Amino acid sequence: MTATRYRSRLHQAGGERRLETHPLTWWLRDDGERVDLDDYVAKDGYGVVRQVLGHQTPDAVIETLKAANIRGRGGGGFSAGVKWSLTLKGEEVPRGYLVCNADEMEPGTFKDRLLLEQLPHLLLEGMILGGYANAAYYGYIFLRGEYVAAAQALERAIEEARAAGWLGRDIAGSGFDFDIALHTGAGRYICGEETALINSLEGQRANPRAKPPFPGQSGAWGKPTVVNNVETLCNVPAALRFGADWYQGLSGERSDDGGTKLYGVSGQVRRTGLWELPMGTPAGELLDRAGGLRDDRTLKAWLPGGGSTGFLLPEHLDLALDFDTIGKAGSRLGTGLLTLVADDQSLVALVRNLEEFFARESCGWCTPCRDGLPWAVELLRALERGEGQPGDIERLEALAADQGPGKTFCAHAPGAAMPLASAIHFFRDEFARGIAGAREEGG
Amino acid sequence: MRENLEPLASDGDGFVLDPQDRRAIEQERRHYEQPQAACIEALKIVQRRHGWVPDGAIVAIAETLGIGPASVEGVATFYSLIFRQPVGRHVILICDSSVCFLTGFEPLHAALAGQLGIDFGQTTDDGRFTLLPACCLGACDGAPALMIDDDTYATVAAEDLATLLEAYP
Repeated sequence: MTATRYRSRLHQAGGERRLETHPLTWWLRDDGERVDLDDYVAKDGYGVVRQVLGHQTPDAVIETLKAANIRGRGGGGFSAGVKWSLTLKGEEVPRGYLVCNADEMEPGTFKDRLLLEQLPHLLLEGMILGGYANAAYYGYIFLRGEYVAAAQALERAIEEARAAGWLGRDIAGSGFDFDIALHTGAGRYICGEETALINSLEGQRANPRAKPPFPGQSGAWGKPTVVNNVETLCNVPAALRFGADWYQGLSGERSDDGGTKLYGVSGQVRRTGLWELPMGTPAGELLDRAGGLRDDRTLKAWLPGGGSTGFLLPEHLDLALDFDTIGKAGSRLGTGLLTLVADDQSLVALVRNLEEFFARESCGWCTPCRDGLPWAVELLRALERGEGQPGDIERLEALAADQGPGKTFCAHAPGAAMPLASAIHFFRDEFARGIAGAREEGG
Repeated sequence: MRENLEPLASDGDGFVLDPQDRRAIEQERRHYEQPQAACIEALKIVQRRHGWVPDGAIVAIAETLGIGPASVEGVATFYSLIFRQPVGRHVILICDSSVCFLTGFEPLHAALAGQLGIDFGQTTDDGRFTLLPACCLGACDGAPALMIDDDTYATVAAEDLATLLEAYP
């Protein structure tokens, strides 16, 4: 029997990690058990809360983070410091919310689970600092319902932190009050979109909201609301502990994006997994760490960071895995967890699978997404059966263009368009072989 | 408005909200500015006890939270893990997203559907299992993955299914 209970794990063992080089994972135990409050505090956990609260102004915290350039690790890549600088604050503004997006559902992504299950106190510390910087009075962790072990780990961590005075009134004698509640979801990928997430938090259907107003101006219950990904928030404590120059130095010459990244590899490779590496690590290095493809197959294509990113080719393996470099190559870094595809895999079938996912998970709010994605699925199924009609590929391209940014409320449809458009761009011949009659003609 | 709700509440389907569940729902609502926010958790609380959410529960939750039943129903029908029809004693969620697709979802799905004699959205005749597809379960380093109730299994092969299922009578 090959089936096992799933356990999240990092490939790098404790001896290979130091706080100064692995600020996200240094704390992890080698046995994969949760780092509890005692473990965490023994390694100066919550030390940054003590260092910052009451000693630095929220504006000073935000300036450090802007200089560090922590880019949104949920896939958006927006600077957390800039986002926080745009949150409405002031005596005339009601204090709002700091929301952690722990709705990890992007196909191919399994990084936040590790932090949530094994290192919940690092997230809580990041959230307390985020609450302080954004003048929030309350934090929510929006966790996907299927992450049962993470829910237990977070509940226990919240209780421990509250009992020790790291949550609640007058944290560390600073006069700052902040508490956190866990909110577990009930399915639907769209909840990861930040305005849909806010609707879901409010107990509504998870349809996205129009922007502006941005959540930082008017979010949950009309109050300023900041939504950050788990990994983003986990970057905050060390960036404040050691400063922006250190954070930038972590990635050094590799990337202008600072810090480290939880990179991962899965798909048709020998050794799947997660590694914490400097931001800007080349994709090829990750493929080497994964031991290459299974069964000595060769690489056909890869997705840099989930189902909503565009396909890239073997020739792109030298690229630094950071937001700007992958963006310039026509894709997106997304979550930074690579999906590798072997040469004998039909791209038409894989894209069909991806578009089925996006069609099913569309919330139905916007016409191009609700109606366009099922249409794309129908065309792809026909091509896969070899029953496509002349003009189908052009129709798919037009559908992808209609999903583009600005045509719908949120990024769901543009995300669905990326793998579709890029697959046609790079593998047009393969799609053309799905047109009826093409196979007999020796195509 | 209230008068229109009353007959529904008594019609329901004879559903009575368990007092413990009512207290749990009232406890949940304290986490939020508005009671509506607790309705997803309220649906989950009811579902934990009954396995699914009957019509009467929609009305009972609405009354407990002081919101309209249409709001609760709108939410209940949106989310994939809220079940508005009876399900089996155990719910199997198979990940059908891209990485599992690349590593054996299709044969695994075929084997499971064959062994259980059901496909997505269906429940076995003995009321033991319901089979549903799931969004990427975040276990891609162990693909293909599936969940049975709260348990996540990795690197599942068709040959493993019989043994795995035995643990869920």
